Amino acid sequence: MDKLVVNISSKRTRIRNGLSELWAFRELLFFFIWRDVKVRYKQTVIGVLWAVLQPFFAMVVYSIVFGRMIGVPSEGVPYPIFSYTGLLPWNLFSTGISSAATSTVSNSNLYSRVYFPRIIVPTATVLTGLVDFGVAFVVLIGMMLYFGTPITWNIVWLPLYILLTLAIALGMSFWLSALNVRYRDVRYVTGFLTRFWLYATPVIYPSSIAKGSFRFLVDLNPMSGVVEGFRWALLGTGVPPSGRMFVFSVIISLLVFISGVFVFRRMERSFADVI
Amino acid sequence: MTRPMVSCEGVGKRYRLGQLSGYRTFRDALADRVSSLAAKRRGEHDSPENERHLWALRDVSFDVSQGEALGIVGRNGSGKSTLLKVLSRVTYPTEGRATVRGRVGSLLEVGTGFHPELTGRENVYLRGAIIGMRRREIDRKFDEIVAFSGVKKFLDTPLKRYSSGMRVRLGFSVSAYLEPEVLFIDEVLAVGDVEFQGKCRDKMGSLISGGGTVLFVSHNVTAVKALCPRCILLEKGRIVADGPTEEVFDTYLAVARSSEDRGGIPDDAPRRGTGEARFRRVDVLGPDGRSVDEVRIGEKLRVRATIEVLRAIPDAVIEVGISTLDYVRVGTSFSLDDWDKGAPLDPGWYDVSVEMEQGLFARGYAIDVGLHHRTGATVDFLNRVAVVHVRAVQKALRADPFLSIQRGYYSPETRWGLLEQTNPGRGYEQDSKGGA
Repeated sequence: MDKLVVNISSKRTRIRNGLSELWAFRELLFFFIWRDVKVRYKQTVIGVLWAVLQPFFAMVVYSIVFGRMIGVPSEGVPYPIFSYTGLLPWNLFSTGISSAATSTVSNSNLYSRVYFPRIIVPTATVLTGLVDFGVAFVVLIGMMLYFGTPITWNIVWLPLYILLTLAIALGMSFWLSALNVRYRDVRYVTGFLTRFWLYATPVIYPSSIAKGSFRFLVDLNPMSGVVEGFRWALLGTGVPPSGRMFVFSVIISLLVFISGVFVFRRMERSFADVI
Repeated sequence: MTRPMVSCEGVGKRYRLGQLSGYRTFRDALADRVSSLAAKRRGEHDSPENERHLWALRDVSFDVSQGEALGIVGRNGSGKSTLLKVLSRVTYPTEGRATVRGRVGSLLEVGTGFHPELTGRENVYLRGAIIGMRRREIDRKFDEIVAFSGVKKFLDTPLKRYSSGMRVRLGFSVSAYLEPEVLFIDEVLAVGDVEFQGKCRDKMGSLISGGGTVLFVSHNVTAVKALCPRCILLEKGRIVADGPTEEVFDTYLAVARSSEDRGGIPDDAPRRGTGEARFRRVDVLGPDGRSVDEVRIGEKLRVRATIEVLRAIPDAVIEVGISTLDYVRVGTSFSLDDWDKGAPLDPGWYDVSVEMEQGLFARGYAIDVGLHHRTGATVDFLNRVAVVHVRAVQKALRADPFLSIQRGYYSPETRWGLLEQTNPGRGYEQDSKGGA
C-alpha cells in the first residue's frame, strides 16, 4: 500500500506539490461552496431571489439617475440592458472580493485545528458567486428577449470573459484575505476599494466617452476589459477582444492572480499563529 | 527495521511576543516601524532576540513506531499542544523537521467543521470532508457514524438545535470512522459524559490494537497510564524525559528542588493550620545522616524535621505521611506511638526525627508532615514537602517479570505455606466444605 509521507519543515513547499495537493483536496473545495450556498439560502425566505434583486435594483436606480436624468449614452442599446450587462460581471467580482477578504478570518477556527490548503477558503468564497451570477444571467436573457436584442456568435467568447473575471477576483481575493489576517483594517479598505473601482470601470458609462489619458486609465483597469467584453459578447457593442483594453486585462489579471497565489502561500504559514 | 510513523528532528517553534497578542492594524505596524527606526537612529540596539521571542518548542526529537501509543505530558505551557499542532500541519516549525507517514487524523477539537445552520446529516458530510474523508467513504460509513453518535432521530434538524453533548458525540463519531493510520489526540477526552468518554477510550484502544499509531496529549494521569506504555515529558518546550510511563510520571509529578537546600521550606509553601507552630525544614536522611532523595527497597526511611513553635502547645502530635506522587496516601504514622498524650512544646525551635520500616515498591514518593493538637486541631500541615525515590537495588530485578511489578504500593510480609499435593476432584469438594 502506498504510504502518504508528509514532510513538515520550516521550508516552503514547492508550487508543483501545491498544485497536486489542491487536486487532492478538490472535493473539499466543492464542499465549502456547497456549504456557503446552502447556508445562504436556508437563512432567507426569498433565498434565490436575492441573487437577482441586487443587480436588478442597481440597474433600476442607474437607469433612472444615469440613464434618464444625466443622460449617459449607451451606444444604441437601451440603458437598462447596457448597465445590467456590465453589472453582472462586476457583481461577481466585487461581492467575491468583499466576502473573500473576511473569509480567512471567519474560518479561523478551521485554520487553527485542521489541515487543508488554506487557499481553498477564499477560492470557495469567490466561486460561490457563480451561483448568483447564474441566476442573474437567466434574468439577463429574459431582459434581452424583452428588449428584442439579438444574440450573436460573439457569445462564444463569454466563458472566456467569465474566466477572466474569476482570475482577477481570485487574485485580488488572495491578496486581500492574506493581508486581512495580518492587518485587520484591510476589511475596511476593501469596501472603499470596490466603491472607487466601480467608477473606474465602464459599468455605468461606456468606455467610448473617455478620451486620451482618461481612456488609458480606464483601459489599464482589468475589469474594463471584462465589462466591455461582456457587452461585446452579448450585445455587440462594447470593445472586442482585439483592443488594447483586452490585452491589458489579460496581462494584469494573470499578474494579479499569480502574485496573489504567491503572497497567500507565503503568508499562510503564519495564519494559525496570528488568528 | 521499519521506519517510524512519526519522527521529529530538532523541531523548534518560536513565537514573536507581539505575534501572540494577535493581529495588528496598519497603524500599529507603521508605528512600530517608526519607533524602531527612531531607536536605531539614537544608537540603541534592538532589544535582544530573547526578550521579544518565545520558544514554545525547542530541539524536540523523538520517533514513534507503528502501533505505538505515545503519551505527551507536561505542565500548561510546556508546548504539548504546540507540538501536536506542528505535527498536524496547523502551524509550521521555525526550525527542524518532522515526518509523518500514513493517513493522519487529528482530534484537536471535536466540533471543527460544523455549521449551526446545516442539519446533522449535512454536517456529517461537511466535517468528514474537512478531516479528509472522501465523499464516497462518508456515504459508505454514514450509517455507522450515525449509530455510534446516537443522534439518529435528530439527523435532519439544524445543528443549532443540538445540545452540546450531542454535538460532541456527532463530531467524535465522524472522527472515529476516519480510520487514520496515525491519530493525534489533544485532551478531547475531557469533554462528554462518562459513557461517552468510555466509548472514546474503546475506540482509541481498538485503533491501537489494529496497528494504528497514537499520540495522546493529556493531563489525565489515569487515561494516559491506561493507554500509553511510553511517554515523553515536555517542560518549557523541551523534552526532559522519554521512557516508560511510570517513570516519566515520577519525574513529572515530583516537586522540583534545587540540590543546595533540599530540605528548606519556602515561606510561601501551601500549608494549613492554626500557625502556632511551623515546620521549617524537612529532610529525608541517609544512613550517614546526610540529606538524600533516594532510599533502597526495604531500607529504613529516616525523616528529620525542624519546627519553630511560636505559641506554647501542650499536646503536640506529629504526623508523617507517605504518599505516591499522584496523591494517594500510602501510609501514615503519628508520634502517639511513642508519646501517648502528645508532647508539650514551649515556644522555640525543635528538631525531631523518625525512623520508619518500609517495604514500599520502587517508585517516587512524597512526604507529608503535620503537627496537630491531641484534640485533632491542626497546627500546621504541609503536603509533599520532600520527595524520596525508592529504588530497586539490583538491575536484574528490573527485568524480572515478577520482581519488577509495580502493582500496588507494598508487599505485605507473607509466609507461604507448603504446596501440598491433593487428589483431584475429591480435594475440591473437601475445600468447599469450609476452610483451607
